[in-house]
Amino acid sequence: MNIRRSIGEKIFDTVNIAVLALACITVCIPLIHVIASSLSSTNALIHAKVALWPVEFNLDNYKSVMQNRAFWRAFGISVFVVVFGTLLNMLLTVFTAYPLSKSYLRGKNGVLMYIVFTMIFYPPMIPVYLVVKEVGLINTVWAMIVPVALSQFNLLICLTFFRSLPEELFEAARVDGMGEFRMVTWIAVPLSKAIMVTLGLFYAVFHWNSYATSLLYITKSSLKPLQLYLYNLIAKSDMNEMLANVIESTTKLNPQGLQMATIMVATIPVIIIYPFIQKHFIKGALIGSIKE
Amino acid sequence: MEQTRRAMATRVPLLQFMLKHRALYLMLVPGLVYLLVFKYVPLLGSVIAFKDYNIYKGVWASDWVGFKYFYQFFNYPQFTRLLWNTLIISFYQTLFAFPAPIILALLLNEIRSSVFQRSVQTILYLPHFLSWVIIGGLGYMLLSPQVGLINQWAAAFGYEPVHYLQEPGYFRSIIIVSGIWKEMGWNAIIFLAALVGISPVLYEAAKIDGAGRWKQFVHITLPGLLPAIMLLLLLKIGHTLDLGFEQIYIFLNPITYSTGDVLDTYSYREGIIQGKYSLTTAIGLFKAVVGFLLLLVANRASKSMTGQGIF
Repeated sequence: MNIRRSIGEKIFDTVNIAVLALACITVCIPLIHVIASSLSSTNALIHAKVALWPVEFNLDNYKSVMQNRAFWRAFGISVFVVVFGTLLNMLLTVFTAYPLSKSYLRGKNGVLMYIVFTMIFYPPMIPVYLVVKEVGLINTVWAMIVPVALSQFNLLICLTFFRSLPEELFEAARVDGMGEFRMVTWIAVPLSKAIMVTLGLFYAVFHWNSYATSLLYITKSSLKPLQLYLYNLIAKSDMNEMLANVIESTTKLNPQGLQMATIMVATIPVIIIYPFIQKHFIKGALIGSIKE
Repeated sequence: MEQTRRAMATRVPLLQFMLKHRALYLMLVPGLVYLLVFKYVPLLGSVIAFKDYNIYKGVWASDWVGFKYFYQFFNYPQFTRLLWNTLIISFYQTLFAFPAPIILALLLNEIRSSVFQRSVQTILYLPHFLSWVIIGGLGYMLLSPQVGLINQWAAAFGYEPVHYLQEPGYFRSIIIVSGIWKEMGWNAIIFLAALVGISPVLYEAAKIDGAGRWKQFVHITLPGLLPAIMLLLLLKIGHTLDLGFEQIYIFLNPITYSTGDVLDTYSYREGIIQGKYSLTTAIGLFKAVVGFLLLLVANRASKSMTGQGIF
């Protein structure tokens, strides 16, 4: 049954679709511009000829990125941080959440208070820096992993999920002589696969995208992760432009096409997995909002 | 008296309980140790705000100086600028960036074609997954006077190129717009869920009573969304001084300090790079105290208005 729409409603629907389409275009244009720039010649870029389609199409920029050893080292460091960082995150999250999900655990509320307290009162940047320094993590790859080993927020999400698992299952396993550690790996985790994937992805994207931790704790250039490498690249082009006010010719200083190709290569992993992870993330965002 | 008796009565069974369930308690150890070392110890270490921190003497042996660094910070010529920048950017975020996802969710809710709806969502969620560094790069490619797309288009209409990224007057707008660009879609998820949660029976009843789409929106949709809006608004108020270091820092340069330098970026520069540990810890503590007070106020306001607090 189709209820007839009034003229006002028709106008609203049209405007609504137009506004949303415009929002989508606004999101896409910067991305398309970067893709187009990365595929254009330096000459076309300098003369600002590139808008949304490559001009003088070539793959030189990408070839240079592929041959850039510093870039791939940074890429490798980021992959390492994502893999081991997420692994540590998940271990701590799961093993802290599991005991707390047991309603009969004595001292559970005290432990929860201990955790929530750190969410309300978090220490300033410098004392944390001093601890990281004291522990000897500065300028090691672990500085990007250990100080952010656990997100209290994700821990609470995991805890909420574990609470919903039926205790009878664990009771039965206990009767069969199964230990708690094996119950976590063989019962709790497999039964919460969806939330495990979501939390793992939350952590992994955080590690891949974050540059604040490396900015604080890493000064050695051989240990800089991808985002910090890109940061230096972009900050430099900003600086070059400031210098350009003084020095007119910046042809040599401004390989923007190269920078854009670098940005693209760094973004591609995220864009490739994006369609697969989207639904998991939405699930996580919703569980998170219920928690709030 | 009574307390000690109760403690005596439970002590032995508690120990037995812990022994019996030692595996569970053992599991808690790594997570709790992490929080101890990286949250509680630095919280205690914040006493260096009241000391003249000396690297060689360490945190405990350094000399007490009371509120010296707080006075120094409050009397700083930059103090008002930093606080003002922080507050005004936060205010603009609340004013412009906060309603954006609500409006988006409402618009999406009125779309009938689910294919269109889902395509819009897929596109608008994407920027959430890009890092601030990447978005900084995108911003540079849009705004640079040499290669920037916006200047390129402006030039086509005969306008002079503008150094948007090096113009203090544009800094806050860039922060707000880039924030909306990145998070509008993602933040709409919560509001969309709240919209789905509104009972369809209400709409049916309204239709029978002859309410059009506008009336349904005003009397059903908006009230249904209000609790979610209030809660998130209060959380935002509680985080007034946390602007997102990564975002501000990527767009900030010495020319835009006058409008864009905030407490966090200043703390990083003066603390980590210049080594003024005590001063910047004082700034951090100031921020934490103000943040906590705001959270209390927001919670009180929430309780009196909606009968529901954050905690």
